[in-house]
Amino acid sequence: MKTSIKRRQLLRGMMGGAGVAVALPFLECFLNANGTALASGRPLPVRFGTWNWGCGMNPQRWIPTKIGKDYDLPPELKYIAAIKDQVNVFSGYKAILDGKPNLPHISGMMALRSGQVAAKESYDAPTLDVLVGDVIGTDTRFRSLEMAATGNPNHSYSYRNATSKNPAEVSPISLYTRIFGTDFHDPNAADFKPDPKLMLRKSVLSGVSEQRAAFLDQLGATDKARLDEYFTSVRQLEQQLDLQLQKPPPAEACKVPKQPADAPVGTEVGQVLQNHKLMAELLAMALACNQTKVFNMVYSDSASTLRMPGEQMIHHLMTHEEPIDAALGYQPKATYFVERSMEAWATFVSTLAAVREGDGTLLDNCLVFGHSDTEFARIHSISGIPVMMAGKAGGRMKTGIHMNETGEPITRVGFTALQIMGVPLDKWGMGSMQTSKAITEVMA
Amino acid sequence: MASRSIKTTILSLFGAAALAACGPSEPPTAGAPPQAERLSEAQYRQSISDIFGPDIKVAGRFEPGIRKNGLLAVGDSVIAVSPAGFEQYDSMARGIASQIVDDKHRQTLIPCAPAEPKKADPACAKQALAKYGRLLFRRPLNETELAGPTAMAGTAADTIGDFYAGLAYGLAQLLDSPSFLFRKDAVEPDPDNQGKFRLTAFSKASRLSFFLWNAPPDDELLRAAESGEIQTRGGLAKQVDRMLASPRLEAGVRAFFIDFFDFDKFDALAKDPMIYPVFSTKVARDAEEQTLRTITDELITRNGDYRDIFTTRRTFMTRNLGIVYRVRVASEHGWEPYEFPAGDQHAGILTQLSFTELHSHPGRSSATLRGKAVREILLCEQVPMPPANVNFTVVQETNNPVYKTARERLTAHRTDPTCAGCHKLVDPIGLGLENFDGAGAYRDLENGAPIDASGDIDGIHFSNAAELGKAIHDDPAAVSCLVESVFRYAAGRDFDKGEKEWRGWIAKQFAADGYKLPALLRRIATSKAFYAVTVSDQRVKEAQR
Repeated sequence: MKTSIKRRQLLRGMMGGAGVAVALPFLECFLNANGTALASGRPLPVRFGTWNWGCGMNPQRWIPTKIGKDYDLPPELKYIAAIKDQVNVFSGYKAILDGKPNLPHISGMMALRSGQVAAKESYDAPTLDVLVGDVIGTDTRFRSLEMAATGNPNHSYSYRNATSKNPAEVSPISLYTRIFGTDFHDPNAADFKPDPKLMLRKSVLSGVSEQRAAFLDQLGATDKARLDEYFTSVRQLEQQLDLQLQKPPPAEACKVPKQPADAPVGTEVGQVLQNHKLMAELLAMALACNQTKVFNMVYSDSASTLRMPGEQMIHHLMTHEEPIDAALGYQPKATYFVERSMEAWATFVSTLAAVREGDGTLLDNCLVFGHSDTEFARIHSISGIPVMMAGKAGGRMKTGIHMNETGEPITRVGFTALQIMGVPLDKWGMGSMQTSKAITEVMA
Repeated sequence: MASRSIKTTILSLFGAAALAACGPSEPPTAGAPPQAERLSEAQYRQSISDIFGPDIKVAGRFEPGIRKNGLLAVGDSVIAVSPAGFEQYDSMARGIASQIVDDKHRQTLIPCAPAEPKKADPACAKQALAKYGRLLFRRPLNETELAGPTAMAGTAADTIGDFYAGLAYGLAQLLDSPSFLFRKDAVEPDPDNQGKFRLTAFSKASRLSFFLWNAPPDDELLRAAESGEIQTRGGLAKQVDRMLASPRLEAGVRAFFIDFFDFDKFDALAKDPMIYPVFSTKVARDAEEQTLRTITDELITRNGDYRDIFTTRRTFMTRNLGIVYRVRVASEHGWEPYEFPAGDQHAGILTQLSFTELHSHPGRSSATLRGKAVREILLCEQVPMPPANVNFTVVQETNNPVYKTARERLTAHRTDPTCAGCHKLVDPIGLGLENFDGAGAYRDLENGAPIDASGDIDGIHFSNAAELGKAIHDDPAAVSCLVESVFRYAAGRDFDKGEKEWRGWIAKQFAADGYKLPALLRRIATSKAFYAVTVSDQRVKEAQR
């Protein structure tokens, strides 16, 4: 940890004599010329996350006409106007099933996130976030953080495999407690004293890890792999404790947030928007405070169960049963939910962009992979499921571009994200969706 | 209560004899490979409560389970533990351990006192850890297994300068261990079958105990495992009868029905308060409890016919429920028995809130969801997923001026041939329950038009909800579905191809036993099939020899 001090020690050295305690603004002289790393050479971390909304959009009201830079904003995309330059839009990319059935609201998710589809809901390959987390997520307190603004822990699409799913935090208060509760160490705290109890806790876990060989010994191959995941989880907690025993490197953008109020959770859209916003703010600080580099936010579940007060139908039901208004040319109520989803996406991206980090923003050091489960939900279309990627990924991604390659496998979008995040894969996906072609237009 | 214990005594006196005498004997089965089931939330909580007392709080969040072919219990055999999940286990372990050693509990829970309270005392720590290790791991710990936590407790005691605080770390290590969190089958060569294997006595005890009580083995069952008694036919029957006679059977039966009826879905159940002002989380909680009470009353207390749960007018009420059922409830707090009058549409569990409200949308009823639930949950049939490219040219809007009732809307929908196939399977059943709105309240009209709740299920005509219940009562699929679900729940796995004959046999036994649930539980708990294991992995075989 020889890079962990420099600036603060230096400052303390400079100011200590005067006896002044100061809150330290981030001084740009401590950055390198590009603003992507501290002058000490330690780069600002690059983070990756996914953001999901259910039940797609209306293609004619969502897909920009113009391809490339300076794309136009049709009515459903106008909500992202303020952050358009930070967002890439991908339209027309296709989930290819190779003869497997299109499981409504499921196949598209599997294709997009894991690069392959199964004949039943079964994530037989890890999802994007898990692949990225294995590469970048090993040196933070949490390998990843999962959140669902719907209040349902099952609303998570982060899988290591079919039987190992990362459950979601479902309320701002539980998210806060998990990140900023008693085990949190402020990386910018002046003094650091490793808690001797953390050593003991680590020994407890080492003792559990030592049972591995004996416990796995009598099991069959499948159970062995499954129980091995348990031991991997144990080791991961050990690593977390290890990190907490070391003085954390300062995180200039980290400001410990206040504890949110304990508010009800549920699927009513106003409640969801509110909880989503609070969770986005907490997440932004979790990222800025180096607690995690990987996240998954579910604004609404696939086959969205969001509802409006007084409405008999949930959003999903509306997409199927609400008539298309002849004058408008779309389903007004279902479309209301699409527009709220885009508003929430804009809130999410803006929240990351509002945090100053280095000489840019937290968003500049993120890649957020936003997507839905269908294109036009009414017919469960999975040709052209909307995807957006936001953030500069630490200078590795160009933004403000609309890409449309109708009929190309949708795995190309995910593969591009994997390449940008430095996951060492030369191809990704199965069958007709296997690809080794990244979308280089957005790669810096 | 009295009548039950008498019945069980009779059962235990004649049980073994009846088994041998009645019909063809149990067909042989090869069994399944050993497995490791993750403790469910309820099993974890029950373990802590049984072992350390009900006032020890379990504070934390459990990872959701996986439903496999309809049952969470089967999913428990394939589910892993995610990093976030383990983080929670560890946090709960520390919370539990610190309560065990706190001032309030150490006197009663720690079986010895340290020589010097500010220092490590390996002998006392080992004694406490051996005691609780046996209960948590559901078998005695060997010396190596005990050495780890004992050393841990010692190091921690010396570091902190407190014996009890140190012991908490040793206890947390037991609680974090996979031997506690997973029920792993241990096998040994079967002395009665050369070259074959059987479950060890302790694994057998665990399997039995979680099946009947949804709890870890108690001291007596562990004793029967230690002595090897449970490996004998008579010894096993004795334990099974003891457990069936215990009041704890009710918790086991409840756990099965919570899983079987998808009652975990109550956790996320919400209704639109503007459309259904009668709905509240209290009502939902009482609705679940009402059905569980109805079932345990019919099937355990009265030792009744399983099929009668679809027709019975007997149930239990609270004030909260009385408001939705529009029934006068005298007791201000708590439960009272209630019987719907003859002729009332409320008859059987299908007409209870737990069914009608759980299988509805937040803002309206759903004949499709209800019909699907009857087929999939109660009859164990599989309804195919809807086709992806659905043509919704026929409008299904509840305020549609032409199609006022759900029946009219769904009939219109079924004109589409791609949808017709499956909707024909489910809608006519669900339409039989249309007299119950999305919150389960009875109604005669929908949008001013009278509701026609007639229909048919697999050729059997019914004219209302009560008759639908009767049709399910008479449907042999409802019976075989229960029998097979109980076995799959108990064994934590699906049936194997080689168990076809056994499936037929157990169904026949259930019928011969008058469709009595305790008798079915006894048949399974004393069967060979329930404990049969097959070991194909060569290395495991060698390790055991």
